Amino acid sequence: MFPRPIEQYSAPVRIGYQLLLPFMLLVWLIPLLAVMFFSIKSGNDFTQGNYWGIGEDGLQGLGNYWTVFTGSDMPRYLWNSVVITVPTMIGAVALSCMTGFALGVYRFKGNLLIFFMFVAGNFVPFQILMVPVRDLTDQMGLYDTRMGLILFHIAFQTGFCTLFMRNFIRALPRELIEAARVEGVSEYRIFWYVVLPLMRPAIAALCVLIFTFIWNDFFWAVVLTQSPESQPVTAGITAFNAQFRAMYHMMSAGSIVAAIPPVAMFFLMQKHFIAGLTLGAVK
Amino acid sequence: MATVATNITNDPAPRSKISQQAIAPWLFLLPAFIFFATYVLYPIIQSFYISLYEWNGLYSPQYRGIDGFTDQQCLELGNRAGREPGCELTGDTVWNAEYVGMENYRNLYADPFFWTSLKNNVIWLLLYFLAIPGGLMISLFLNQKVFGMRLYKSLFFFPFVLSQVVVGLVFSWFMLPGADEGLLNVILGWFGAGPVNILGNNDTATYGIIAAGLWPQTAYCMILYLTGLNAVDPEQIEAARLDGAKGPKMLWYVVLPQLWPATFIAIVVTVIGALRSFDLITIMTNGGPGFYNTSVLAFYMYDVALSEFGFRMGYGSAIAVILFLIMMVYIAGFLWKMWRDEKV
Repeated sequence: MFPRPIEQYSAPVRIGYQLLLPFMLLVWLIPLLAVMFFSIKSGNDFTQGNYWGIGEDGLQGLGNYWTVFTGSDMPRYLWNSVVITVPTMIGAVALSCMTGFALGVYRFKGNLLIFFMFVAGNFVPFQILMVPVRDLTDQMGLYDTRMGLILFHIAFQTGFCTLFMRNFIRALPRELIEAARVEGVSEYRIFWYVVLPLMRPAIAALCVLIFTFIWNDFFWAVVLTQSPESQPVTAGITAFNAQFRAMYHMMSAGSIVAAIPPVAMFFLMQKHFIAGLTLGAVK
Repeated sequence: MATVATNITNDPAPRSKISQQAIAPWLFLLPAFIFFATYVLYPIIQSFYISLYEWNGLYSPQYRGIDGFTDQQCLELGNRAGREPGCELTGDTVWNAEYVGMENYRNLYADPFFWTSLKNNVIWLLLYFLAIPGGLMISLFLNQKVFGMRLYKSLFFFPFVLSQVVVGLVFSWFMLPGADEGLLNVILGWFGAGPVNILGNNDTATYGIIAAGLWPQTAYCMILYLTGLNAVDPEQIEAARLDGAKGPKMLWYVVLPQLWPATFIAIVVTVIGALRSFDLITIMTNGGPGFYNTSVLAFYMYDVALSEFGFRMGYGSAIAVILFLIMMVYIAGFLWKMWRDEKV
């Protein structure tokens, strides 16, 4: 293990380390803690220029959060984000289970080429797709709809998911598939009954990752949507900020609300999330 | 299919089985391929094509019988004949772009905002690499087994889970300019320094945004290295310890080489993160404080193509093509490494 385990050091070093940990964490998260403090302050404090003290109105507790939910378009933006994120997650994962299976199990001409095409597509800058995708979405009558965003996200995320799934399937024992073939099981049944059940951890990891990526997407949200009827929360929050201009207590409460779903997802599914992100970091 | 089957007649599987194995992968690939080709592959080609045109993003309606008539002419014609609605629409629309060849690229060459954006892209790329040693340092700090370590690790990783929009807002407020507004200036005040207006100053704004970007990016690199450290061979470490290696020497000669896979991925995600930077700039300065001082190619392209000053889709596409070509260098390198690994 590197560095040397802390238990092997003298008592003062150990205690010092234990004290240093929370301090470093505080330093690391200080901008976020500042926003959390903002989000529970009263509006008067900001108009009076009292950013860090606690004025006569005291702290609001969850009051600002309540206003976010009752006095703004925020619930609608949040709902849009859910409606965009969940189908994208299902679509991209379903498609990439199939591509991963095709590219991981079969040897055929062009296998590597198709695989690289998906990988390369996943890395291109969004701007090279922007004008044509916006135009295509418009032509299909899907501009400023949630469906327009869903379709694009499914297509684009399939690139990353294919990379992930294919490598995962590659690592499965091939004998299982060979054995099934000798038994005369059809290819589709092998996919459905042999491989798919083994892919559960990969599916879980991808679902969490895609959920986070899509929920946090901002660029496509502003390119493909513009009204509160279809904008997800990342794009909506800019409109929200225009509504509550310079009202830092409302704006920070709104930002925190927008951040909660992916954060909750991360803490619930941490193992899968990290497994997905660090794919290939250990080899 | 027939050739495949006859070539492998000794195979124990029946012929239908072989042809099924030849067709199956293509059927599994088809749906994703259609999606991917429509939304990713074809648009890339289209962008190259559009970059040779002057186009405002609109289409012109076509009129039956009277080619080349504009909306206005048709309206007048209809009015003169005392009927609505002018010429009869065919229902078709045509792309009303004008071919300009390499004109967009020539204009880019003479465009100072393009060069500012490109310069900022280079600054982003260079400074973003700080995330890699930063992430390594934090991971070494956290690679211990003490009570509550799992929670510490998650909380250090936390910034990565936030949307860049939220990160941008968080740092904008952190850097608020007044002496007792942003927490940064409050803290600087304790040490008798400041106040500073980082985002409002042309010389510092880009660095302020990059600092915000480094926060989640460092967290990402940290988690890559923590995973890598988990897999470092303990026997090698012990052996090196017996030989008297420790501290930086051990790190450099024994640990880092074993962490190469993690470093490689960290480089890939950092380069992509740096070149994709758009959200933070839009949120924190919207390209300002002056004209495009903090712009990068990704931001400039968006602003040119979809700004309130008019939709210049062709010009925007030309910027996108340049950005794409820069990125392609890295993508090609990445694919080349993957290809080499596949051969082994």
